[in-house]
Amino acid sequence: MQNLPDLEKKINSELTTKIKNSEIKHNQIYIEIDKDNLIDVTLFLKTNKDTKFRQLIDITVVDYPEEIQRFKIVYLFLSHEFNQRLILSYYVNENEVIESLTSIFPSANWMEREVFDMYGVNFKDHPDLRRILTDYGFEGHPLRKDFPLTGHSEVRYSEDKKKVVKEPVKLEQNYRNFDYESPWDGTKYIKTQTDTNDKKD
Amino acid sequence: MTKKIKNLNLNFGPQHPAAHGVLRLILELDGEVVEKADPHIGLLHRGTEKLIENKTYMQAVPYFDRLDYVAPMNQEHAFALAIEKILEIEVPIRAQFIRVMFCEIGRILSHILNVTTQALDVGALTPSLWGFEERETLMTFYERASGSRLHANYFRAGGVHQDLPAGLEEDIANFCETFPKVINDLENLLTDNRIFKQRNVDIGIVTKQDALDYSFSGVMIRGSGVPWDLRKSQPYDCYEQLDFKIPVGKNGDCYDRYLCRIEEMKESVSIIKQCLSKMEKGIVKSLDGKITPPSKKEIKQSMEALIHHFKLFTEGYRVPKDEIYTAVEAPKGEFGVYLVSDGSSKPYKCKIRAPGFSHLQSMDYLIKGHMLADVPAVLGSLDIVFGEVDR
Repeated sequence: MQNLPDLEKKINSELTTKIKNSEIKHNQIYIEIDKDNLIDVTLFLKTNKDTKFRQLIDITVVDYPEEIQRFKIVYLFLSHEFNQRLILSYYVNENEVIESLTSIFPSANWMEREVFDMYGVNFKDHPDLRRILTDYGFEGHPLRKDFPLTGHSEVRYSEDKKKVVKEPVKLEQNYRNFDYESPWDGTKYIKTQTDTNDKKD
Repeated sequence: MTKKIKNLNLNFGPQHPAAHGVLRLILELDGEVVEKADPHIGLLHRGTEKLIENKTYMQAVPYFDRLDYVAPMNQEHAFALAIEKILEIEVPIRAQFIRVMFCEIGRILSHILNVTTQALDVGALTPSLWGFEERETLMTFYERASGSRLHANYFRAGGVHQDLPAGLEEDIANFCETFPKVINDLENLLTDNRIFKQRNVDIGIVTKQDALDYSFSGVMIRGSGVPWDLRKSQPYDCYEQLDFKIPVGKNGDCYDRYLCRIEEMKESVSIIKQCLSKMEKGIVKSLDGKITPPSKKEIKQSMEALIHHFKLFTEGYRVPKDEIYTAVEAPKGEFGVYLVSDGSSKPYKCKIRAPGFSHLQSMDYLIKGHMLADVPAVLGSLDIVFGEVDR
């Protein structure tokens, strides 16, 4: 469907309870679902003749370490026929295993590997869940908010041992995170947020 | 007595001139036929997304140059558009034309590199020598506008960093006159070349359905006959005001993708010409003082302007809480930025969607059943740059 509100209505009426929340923002549809309905919803979006979201653009995660449901899993879909974009998301706990989309979209393979590598989210029925971007034998999940920017270990070539060795990171100067809290009000439209920030102190 | 034949495992790269960077491709060969390909990526992983989370919005721009370093400004464009949409900033029309013009220059830069190195991979040396001369000219345009040949750091949310220097517009116009001849020369060398065709025609065929399933975009999907280009279908900046065509392939093989790239370069030249003729004098960045720093002249005279400048460059501007995905048609395909802001001056999350990542993923599917010698040809036509694949 070409028209965004119509499309939103259609999805809501067909999937009814499976949709927790939907919204139109920036010319895109944002849909929130439950973890268990992922496969059903994706299959509907891909095959229904009024939606035809036949391309999976990307899978990613947003990490909110202070929440109980820590990870927000985000799927970006594109429909060539109707020229629409859809953003599907749901929240999971740290140790939850989620469904893999590889059987519906072959391209989900590497995207899920990347999510696994960067955030440590596990996928059920993934054919080949290995690390992808980090080094062989890497430990930890770098894009989690509690992973330090400088990392834990560094590698160098050791002249004595005649091989590459792994050592804990040693910095001449620690990474400095400057605090820019200031009486400057920032822009008008975020004044409400800065007010709440100020109250914390 | 029968002898057991074992498949041969071959390591292609990470140091191999035809791997276009640091790709480690593990090939399982049955004689000369590839049975399986397993690309190992991440050798150029620099943690760009993590770094961006720790920088202000303005400080994050240079990281985008270092993704696909062959066409740096196209990626800055995606990031700038994402911030502009959240902040709802209007970009002055002159800035839009400048940005589009430099994006098209980036497209030519990238396509020249790809077409000529693909020719190099299959045995033709001359095209790359001719092509690189033109790239050098284009990179001087980059340098004159931004001060840097490669890592431009030129686009800002709300426009571009500074106006074009005097004389640059004329020189770009002159280039548009001379460059079509170079494309012709390249075509004379390659398009009907017997060896080039033998190595590319019917190699690495992608069907329409597979192009969708494997998340292909850009030339990879157009080569298979799907007329999809974000500049037309979801126009950003001033693309709506420009007149250009989208070349589409028929067979979806390496040769069709080569032809698409050649045609796209011709279209890009025409877009640059239109930009130059439609561009009028004017401001090049938004006048919103909350995101644009004050001018040098003001800083010298006004204390407030000095403080303002200092705050913008230390704390940076704050972006209200939001979530957005914006994509641009980069030379290699759909380059997207998924940005989550939390009201502070640093992005909470910035996922970079690189076209090369999905393209390289399909290596196994593309190369299965082909000969070993076809690996560089297919890899070349995928247009892989490891800066963006590994991020």
